[in-house]
Amino acid sequence: MNNKVYNNRAWLLVLPMLVLVAFSAIIPLMTVVNYSVQDVLGPNASFFTGTEWFRTMLNDSALQAAFGRQILFSLIILAIQIPLGIGIALIMPKQGWQASAVLILITLPLLIPWNVVGSIWQIFTRGDIGLMGWGLRELGINYNITRNAGDAWATIILMDVWHWTPLVAMLCYSGLRSIPEAYYQAARIDRASKWAVFRYIQLPKLTNVLVIAVLLRFMHSFMIYAEPFVLTGGGPGSSTTFLTQSLATMAIGQQDLGPSAAFSIIYFLVILLVSWVFYTTIMHLQKDKNSQGGA
Amino acid sequence: MSWMVWTLPTAIFFSSIAAMLTGMTIWELRSPSIERKGFLPISTTRGDRLFISLLSAAFIHLGIIGFTSLSIWIALALSAVWLLVLMRWG
Repeated sequence: MNNKVYNNRAWLLVLPMLVLVAFSAIIPLMTVVNYSVQDVLGPNASFFTGTEWFRTMLNDSALQAAFGRQILFSLIILAIQIPLGIGIALIMPKQGWQASAVLILITLPLLIPWNVVGSIWQIFTRGDIGLMGWGLRELGINYNITRNAGDAWATIILMDVWHWTPLVAMLCYSGLRSIPEAYYQAARIDRASKWAVFRYIQLPKLTNVLVIAVLLRFMHSFMIYAEPFVLTGGGPGSSTTFLTQSLATMAIGQQDLGPSAAFSIIYFLVILLVSWVFYTTIMHLQKDKNSQGGA
Repeated sequence: MSWMVWTLPTAIFFSSIAAMLTGMTIWELRSPSIERKGFLPISTTRGDRLFISLLSAAFIHLGIIGFTSLSIWIALALSAVWLLVLMRWG
């Protein structure tokens, strides 16, 4: 049965990429590890501190709070964007010029650079000249993102939903388009309700794209930086300060290279763990599917 | 290389990772790994199990350094035992 000859020499073609990755990722990462166990004051002036920075960072209450906010933010935007994206994909036109027009309209937010998104929303929410800020104020709502933490949170979430739901919608749309018409015909013969079609045909067929959508959106929201930085600067107080911003303040603002290196490694490990779990899940889903298809 | 501010412990750390990867490559060439299922919920190859044990070793170290006053050597010993268990039965 299995007497194929495996030739792995094609892997040699990956070597140039490996060299590139070594210089852009592996060597810098090694340097970060080296910094994380020392107090580097300048060239030839460093003291070995061992695990001290890690202990400090793990017990830093400001960082723990930022970590909590980060997870909360990711969960909230996932809970909104995934169902909303599926919903939008379901009502998008399937063919004709309307399909192209809607696709282009929906893609527009994805084309805007992140810091520009922050600036757009910063102006949009201003009380004096911004349409949303002014409008809410005229309606008698005391809306102020520089003073109320709740308003700042709501605005950041709204901004992220506006910016990234299109990605989820497009992924789902492509997933929906790949379902053969025969499934729908069979459902019509069975007089299946719209909900049954969604629950037993569309949703199962969307599983793979949804895992990818969740992975992309989680990773990205977990590393969000430019948008909240421009919109609220982490305020009011520290109510919208996420991990990336704490890290940038520590490393670039205060030049605390040792602690920020330790913190980067912890951050990296968390992201590595989450990515690995998602990756394994995706591969598993595909493997299950293949074994079903082969049987 | 001085800009990389090497220290002896980190040099030992990266050398042992490199040694593990080299060793695994030679082992894989000598006798290719067969994917199997142990006590982990997924079927894994040797490389998968090494990765899982290294990643969990990182979190064992972080947990012990950050939230207990135990020595880092206990974390290392725990991780080594976990690595062996995982490689054999995982």
